[in-house]
Amino acid sequence: MAAAEDDVVPPVPPEAGRAPPRPELHPGMPGLLNEAEREALAAAREDGLADIGHLPEFGFGETASPERIAAWDIDIGPDGEGLPPGSGSVERGETLYRLQCVQCHGARGEGSQFEALAGRVPGDRFPFAEDRRYRITVGSYWPYATTLFDYIRRAMPQAAPGSLPPDDVYALTAFILQLNGILGPGDSLDAESLPRIRMPARDRFVRDDRRGGPEVR
Amino acid sequence: MAKNRDSGGLPSRRELLAGVVGTAAVGAGAVAGAQQGESPKPRPRAPEDPTKMQGLVPRPLGERSAFETPRRLVRVLEPSSSSRTPLQYLQGIVTPADLHFERHHGGIPNIDPERYELLIHGMVERPQTFSLADLKRFPAESKLRFLECSGNGGTAFQNQGRYPRMSPQEMDGLTSSSEWTGVPLKLLFREVGARPEATWFLAEGMDAAVMTRSVPMEKAWDDAIIAYAQNGEPLRPEQGYPVRLFLPGWEGNASVKWLRRLELSDRPFMTREETSKYTDPLPGGKARMFSFGMDAKSLITFPTFPERLGGPGWWEIRGIAWTGRGRITRVEISTDGGRNWEDAELQDPVLPKCHVRFRRLWNWDGREATLMSRATDETGYVQPTRDALLAARGSYTRYHYNQIRSWRVESDGQVFFAG
Ligand code: HEC
Repeated sequence: MAAAEDDVVPPVPPEAGRAPPRPELHPGMPGLLNEAEREALAAAREDGLADIGHLPEFGFGETASPERIAAWDIDIGPDGEGLPPGSGSVERGETLYRLQCVQCHGARGEGSQFEALAGRVPGDRFPFAEDRRYRITVGSYWPYATTLFDYIRRAMPQAAPGSLPPDDVYALTAFILQLNGILGPGDSLDAESLPRIRMPARDRFVRDDRRGGPEVR
Repeated sequence: MAKNRDSGGLPSRRELLAGVVGTAAVGAGAVAGAQQGESPKPRPRAPEDPTKMQGLVPRPLGERSAFETPRRLVRVLEPSSSSRTPLQYLQGIVTPADLHFERHHGGIPNIDPERYELLIHGMVERPQTFSLADLKRFPAESKLRFLECSGNGGTAFQNQGRYPRMSPQEMDGLTSSSEWTGVPLKLLFREVGARPEATWFLAEGMDAAVMTRSVPMEKAWDDAIIAYAQNGEPLRPEQGYPVRLFLPGWEGNASVKWLRRLELSDRPFMTREETSKYTDPLPGGKARMFSFGMDAKSLITFPTFPERLGGPGWWEIRGIAWTGRGRITRVEISTDGGRNWEDAELQDPVLPKCHVRFRRLWNWDGREATLMSRATDETGYVQPTRDALLAARGSYTRYHYNQIRSWRVESDGQVFFAG
């Protein structure tokens, strides 16, 4: 059921609280398996199952109900899977940011002793391996806007992680994207629009090509 | 987190310049890693002749000799999120659990093991929860394996020779080896009926960062462990108590601690840790993503800063080597700055994906010398020079710094890190 690298990936069966259909993933996304990788995985699965083939099925543990799963299932996929209903504007995000984030991340996301959140490299170049003048930020480095929603919701603000309702997270995500010049001052975000944002550094990422052997990579 | 600390918990230049990373604490006989701000305790006392009096009675919990005060190294300038193992203090290959390095992104959570549950769901036939007792009831597996933070050694890489007063602990203390015990993950995945089309799973912690990483399913079918014990006892809180994921040979960050949830999918999740962090910028405007494997690396742990050799003569050069790609097959040592190399002896056991102890006797003539070690693994990979790594990755790449390290022994016996 998983698709080839350059295909639209069909949605997985919906779980509680999920809202299909999902936007397609971009073809070059690292981690979408090609044919050879798919075969290698099938072989690894067979080997792994053979290793434990002599063991009985144990049946320990409890069935997890959809409600039980929903209580913890907070992750957001790069396609927007898992985004909750709700919305938030850049304007509202700015107000929230001034109250809850500014003391650590700075008025314009420039950071303090804590992480910088905003900044672009001129021409959206990606010089980080060779030039340390530029900061790694949401605008200069992050490949997916969905990651911002996911991370803010689970981990920020630092002293009260997990305290922000979806509308606030949408608003803060929108404001940080505006600080990075990715959204305009009048914009808002919701489950439809967030996964459609194309981040400047999206296509900069490649799969690991180190495999051991004599070559240094 | 300091804004200029972006390499998996490396000290910033400012911190290093301020001398807070242990350099102020070493020397004067102190073991590197003594905590700053701790006033030196008076030297413990011992009777003149211990054979003339009865010793201590047995105690329910053992303690180190009062003369031994190893310490992990914790930064003090800010709320710290890592501590480093005193590698120069250790012998053999096992790291005592209380000296195992730590690295976290939201502090160490306090978790009641009786309320603990692991949830497995997503692309499975039967979503399930497992209590700690359930997990312990499955057939167990124990493996001696190393765990290393992929930011380890970054300061040495990026500040070539600028900090000669660095001990192995300060430089590379984010690696340790332990015996890990738990359930093979493939057993749990078979129990829940993992679907063949699942290609990735999300691992999520129950700390304040609710840490998440995407892991390829291949690792689950291979050697991933759901670990609940370390060196024979339940995990230490800072190592993920009561349950952590353990991915042998892979960068430490992916071995999610305080594990509460595994979700199977047909795509990676693109979490903050695998995008904003733990990706490796490369020359040519690209960055490597999902760079899990730890390449072969070795490190001399004696003689090193802050050691001072007592004089010319026989000394045993000692260290550790490891690779995430199987077994170490060879460690070579140079005492002349890399012109000549000779094989070191590898101490049994030489286990895959585990620290290996190496040694070589050296008859020091009392003249300035530069010591280096170089590891080779079973894939034929040879630990690269800094120049070779720089050419492949660029000057400011983040993570996976396995370049050859060197130590300068001066004619007075004082040893310094030399790049
Ligand atoms: C008390 C200080 C503090 C406050 C307040 C705070 N943060 Fe943070 N933030 C941090 C720290 C520290 C980190 C890095 C955490 C780590 O070590 O993983 C961080 C990381 C982040 C990141 C990821 C940065 C990166 O480059 O990976 C984002 C995004 C973020 N914060 C957003 C927010 C938002 C939005 C708010 C307000 C709701 C907020 N933060 C409030 C301290 C703070």
